[in-house]
Amino acid sequence: MGLLTNVINGVSLGSVYAIIALGYTMVYGIAKMLNFAHGDIIMVGGYLCFCAVQYLGLPPLVGVVLACAGCTCLGIVIERLAYKPLREAPSLAVLITAIGVSYFLQNSALLIWKSDPKVFPSVVKLPTLSFFGGQLNVSPLSIVTVLTCIAVMVGLTLFTQRTKMGKAMRACSEDKGAAQLMGIDVNATISMVFAIGSGLAAIAGVLLCSAYPTLMPTTGSLPGIKAFTAAVFGGIGSIPGAMLGGILLGIIEIFAKAYIGTELADAIVFGVLIVVLLVRPAGLLGTFVPEKV
Amino acid sequence: MDAIRNMDKTTRSNLITYGMVIVAFAVMQGLSSIGAIGSSTKGLLIPICAYISLGISLNLVVGISGELSLGHAGFMSVGAFTGVVVSSLLSGVVANGALRFLLASLAAGGAAALAGVLVGVPVMRLQGDYLAIVTLAFGEIIKNLLNNLWLGWDSEGLHVSMRNANDLSLEAGGKILINGPQGATGIERLSTFTFGFLLIIFTLIVVLNLVNSRSGRAIMAVRDNRIAAESVGISTTKYRLMAFVVSAALAGMAGALYAMNYSSIVPKKFDFNTSINILVFVVLGGMGNIRGGIISATLLTVLPEKLRFLGDLRMLIYAVVLIMVMLVSNNRALQATLQSVVERVRRRRDDDDLVLDAEKGGDA
Repeated sequence: MGLLTNVINGVSLGSVYAIIALGYTMVYGIAKMLNFAHGDIIMVGGYLCFCAVQYLGLPPLVGVVLACAGCTCLGIVIERLAYKPLREAPSLAVLITAIGVSYFLQNSALLIWKSDPKVFPSVVKLPTLSFFGGQLNVSPLSIVTVLTCIAVMVGLTLFTQRTKMGKAMRACSEDKGAAQLMGIDVNATISMVFAIGSGLAAIAGVLLCSAYPTLMPTTGSLPGIKAFTAAVFGGIGSIPGAMLGGILLGIIEIFAKAYIGTELADAIVFGVLIVVLLVRPAGLLGTFVPEKV
Repeated sequence: MDAIRNMDKTTRSNLITYGMVIVAFAVMQGLSSIGAIGSSTKGLLIPICAYISLGISLNLVVGISGELSLGHAGFMSVGAFTGVVVSSLLSGVVANGALRFLLASLAAGGAAALAGVLVGVPVMRLQGDYLAIVTLAFGEIIKNLLNNLWLGWDSEGLHVSMRNANDLSLEAGGKILINGPQGATGIERLSTFTFGFLLIIFTLIVVLNLVNSRSGRAIMAVRDNRIAAESVGISTTKYRLMAFVVSAALAGMAGALYAMNYSSIVPKKFDFNTSINILVFVVLGGMGNIRGGIISATLLTVLPEKLRFLGDLRMLIYAVVLIMVMLVSNNRALQATLQSVVERVRRRRDDDDLVLDAEKGGDA
């Protein structure tokens, strides 16, 4: 049963990574930038939900919606103020700006909420499910996390394949110039992507903080980097890739923790990433575009 | 005088860079000998030297070779811990501190170069952002492994463990060199400002000469157009790897200088944020611009220390400044706005001058 428990925990953690990785991969796909501030949006989402539940006494579900709305606005504002003026700039300048935004969010959180860790109240208050006469215990949070992840995945796939905005997004990530000529508002589309990515980050933040209930200004950094790894693992720019990469990464991490050692888990996760990239330089589901002369 | 005027542009620019470093060193050395600088500033001198060297070495990869590396702190930590271990192993053998420092630095450079080859050979198959993420992953792996490394020394030789200090089974009187997450403690502080200065000069000589050599031109050709470079017979892998390994070796030496300035050093110090800080030096100084990198490394190491009185606001201001600098230096519309403001101010001043002149004329 230990194996099964680990698989369930892995898929649950992986689902959180997958939701975060979706934000990374969509932004990368359309704006070709590594948005290192994405991890800190998770942290902001966590704090917003925490405040809504703890200080305003709102029900957890309302807290999640508020956090989601707050982060969506934050994502749009950040994109408008910091990234939009740099659309034509070299990618390294945008990267440094993203890091600047990341520092800004972390230190604003430090000023507002101070550095002492907050104990995050779980948003899922259901009894633990037992199977096989108590041999297999599944926390309801895991189930909620996995279900959320599936819902997000299905929703996003439908959105990108069926709706007009989704089509515009795909067109922009393929060729911005051509998309503009076809009458697509590229700037609005990019804003939309940031909005969706940040909203998802808020959901991921709440799920992550429910599973690991300490909330600090630096809470988002490491999950951010791991989710970024997951996005690259699956092939950055690919939505199913982010999903697959996230879940695989979660499973690898939990297995490494269970069978090799907690301390070395991160090294193993990153080691696997390097091996995968050496075999498939564009990630698992990414498409390798050969350079043309 | 004619010699200077007829000198070609690169030589002159390089001489200015060397001159700037030498003058800065002489001034600081002079000030500290008459006791004009406080102990907090004095404590910054060696880290500044280390960061300048790190900035120059990363510039070789990011600016000259055009690859984004997010794991420079990894090579720094390999060098730092190698340097510390070698210097404490040699403490009974080599009595002269300066010689021991030199040997430790060389070993640090060697170990970091080896790490550079190990990472570089497989990684050079990748490009752009994928290379960036692998260097990031490498930096995290190094930090994680060092966090789980115990190294001890007794009469039987070196003991290595990945579990804990007891697992080393040292005999009585044995010495723990690296103690897992606690890092290396009881380091003999061999680094001096003069060594730091010499390291900068050494780094400059290596990097500037490499850049202005046949190999350096090949590296830049690969950066500017990989396919074109390949088509004229330049081995892209060889030259990208060359830049990567040289940069790693120099970062290792800077790491040794940095570590031997403190009595203890932990692996956590060399994390992603440190890599990013070094990258910020390079980008703010101007990619491929060595002199700019030196200036920005100095300013960005000194300023945060001097602004400590601001408390929690300090990093917030740093973040805002970072974003503003990036926006102003890369956005044409903003630049145009700034330009017009400057021009308007200048024109108004000129107008004022004219009025003043007229008034003066009237008085006369």
